[in-house]
This record gives sequence, structure tokens and C-alpha cells, in this order.
Amino acid sequence: MTQVFALQATDWLNLFLYYLSISLLAVGGAIATAPDMHRYLVNQQAWLTDVQFNASIAIAQAAPGPNVLFVALIGWHVGLNAAGASPWGWALGLWGALVCMVGIMLPSTTLTWLATRWAHRNRQRRSVRAFKQGMAPVVIGLLMAATWVLGRGQGQPATDALLWLLAAVVAVLVWRTRLHLLWLLAAGALLGALGWV
Amino acid sequence: MSLNPSPPGAYAQDRPRPQSPADLFWSFTWLALQGFGGVVAVVQRELVEKKRWMTNEEFLEDWAVAQVMPGPNVVNLSLMIGDRHFGLRGGLAALAGMLTLPMVLALAAALLYAQWATHPAMAGALRGMGAVAAGLIGGMALKLAASLRTHVLGPWVCAALALATFVAVVWWHIPLYGVLLVLGGVACVLTWRRLAP
Repeated sequence: MTQVFALQATDWLNLFLYYLSISLLAVGGAIATAPDMHRYLVNQQAWLTDVQFNASIAIAQAAPGPNVLFVALIGWHVGLNAAGASPWGWALGLWGALVCMVGIMLPSTTLTWLATRWAHRNRQRRSVRAFKQGMAPVVIGLLMAATWVLGRGQGQPATDALLWLLAAVVAVLVWRTRLHLLWLLAAGALLGALGWV
Repeated sequence: MSLNPSPPGAYAQDRPRPQSPADLFWSFTWLALQGFGGVVAVVQRELVEKKRWMTNEEFLEDWAVAQVMPGPNVVNLSLMIGDRHFGLRGGLAALAGMLTLPMVLALAAALLYAQWATHPAMAGALRGMGAVAAGLIGGMALKLAASLRTHVLGPWVCAALALATFVAVVWWHIPLYGVLLVLGGVACVLTWRRLAP
């Protein structure tokens, strides 16, 4: 793959502006805007490859921390590409990660902060109380749905049943015991590495 | 504990709370580092059950707000909790804790990924951890569901709303904003009618 990626100063600005612009659209998690990022960064601007884009998402899902970090990894790859073979690779990678993360976080974080402040000042209002309490059953339904979507497996009937069983056992253990969550994750990694699930 | 008696959003004074913005930073760093495949289950375990900075009811209320605001849920949640205790300084400290070290780790993972991605044990470990991550969220949902027993809408209406949310997301693939708007709207209006003016 000998694609040439060179980013001018205006390109960095465009990258930053792009992330500023989609920040407020990320209702329900940044991953919901991933298709649009692919359209703009890979198809339109060709700042990174398809493989790099997919790897960014996969790594962020596997690594600890919020999944929004896939945006940092996308920026990292754009920076590495822009540096080419020059010794500035890592520096530009870090720069790219920062440009993208600040871009996607700044508008949504500002809005959330202002809204939270307002809601806290008006917490005795009937409408604010109704919103906060009324959403509780819907939030629990959403968490159940997230469990289902994440636990769905990879469409391979032979191993999916075992993965489901593992997820169900973990759910009961979390519900009923105070076992440390890292032990559960380590057990899952071990079972998977040994090929048992 | 019921959702009703204490004024919502008012935090009791005699309860454990973060000592300083630095405490917030490291607490949220530790949270994020435990969160493989999603941080929300860890937030509930650490902040509600271990540190007791908030109750399950408060967690549900904050989570509902974090969910409807644009941007990553857990990042919004960290900002909200930090802001409540130490103002903007606290909010930014919690936010930075949630993102800084995990971002460094994600970049390190990106460097390693190329060499190990195709190894079968690595793929298996990721699969196993994915199933555990699903179970963690499921277990948390079961725990939080217990707080619906004392909800103003009564357990059956709450169960129906949670189930409708689950079905809308999992089977009907309705986009999140639609679910929040329609089912969340219904839930809030019903709650509003039940709350004393």
C-alpha cells in the first residue's frame, strides 16, 4: 500500500471542524456516528485506509476505557499517515489523536455541563423531577438491550451458545455477589484464549 | 430506599464524597481502566457500592441525563459527578481521569495490535472478554431494576416500559433518539402526572 497522505494546515483545521460538527449528533454514543466518519475520512478525504479505520474501532472496544477512544485512534492513524516515513511519526500521531478528541468532546461536553447545571438549579421543578425519575425504566430497558446486542456473538451457532452461557453466568454473579469485575474479565479472557468459549 | 422522599438531586451531607479534584481524577482513571467493552457497569459498582458517593436511584437519574445528552455517556456522567462536587474543576478532573491514561493505553494497544491481531489465542481472549462485558451490563441492569419496585409508576408500568424499550431497540431496530423521544416521553408524562405539583 503506497498511498500518499499529506495533510496541510487547512486539512488539520478541516479535521478539527469536522469533529466539532458531528459532536452534537452523537446521541447514544460516539459509535453511532462511525458510519459518517467512514464516509468523510476514508471515502471523501482518503486520510486513512479502510483497514486502519476498522482496526481503530476494534482496538478501542478491546482496550479499557470509554469506547469513544476509537476517535483518538483514528486521529493517531491520520497523523501517522501524514508523517509518512519521517521521524515525526509518533508526534504527529499524538497531534492527530488530540485534534480529533478535543474536536469531538468540546461541544458535547460544554452542552452537557450547561444542561446539568440548569437541571441541578431547577431540581425541585416538577418537570425536572418527572424527567429524571420517569426515564429510569427506559434506561433499564436500554441496558438490557445493550446486554443483548453485545452478547449476541458472531453468528456461529457452535460457540455462540457457550458465549451466551458465559454472559448469563457473569450477569448472575454481578447481580448476586461482590466479586471483583476484573476477575470476571480475566476469567473470560482465559476461557477464550484456551478456546473453551 | 424510595425514589420519592428525599428531594431529588439533593445530596446528603453525611455521605462519603470525593476528597479533592485529584481524588476524582484517580477514581475515574481507575474506573476507566477496569472498563473493558464499556465502563458503565464499573461506574455503578465503584461509585454506588464501593465508594457510596451516590445511591442506585441517583445513579439512574444521572445516567438518564447522560444518556440523552450528546456525547459518550460515561464521559458525560464523569463530568456531571465531578461538577457536582467541585464545580467545573471537579468536572474537568473527572473527565481527564476518564480519558487520559486510557488514551495512552489505547495508543499502546494500537502499536501492539498489528503483531498479535491474528493470533488465535488473542482472538479467543477478546471473544471471551466480550461475552463477560455483556454479562457485566446485564448484572448491573438486574441490580438497578430492584429500585423500580418503589418507583412512583409502580412495578408493572415500569416493567412494561423497560420491556417496550428492549423490544424497540433489539427487534425493531428503532434509532435511540426515537426510543428516547417516544418511550421516554411517555414515561416522563406518566411520572409527571403522578408527582405532586
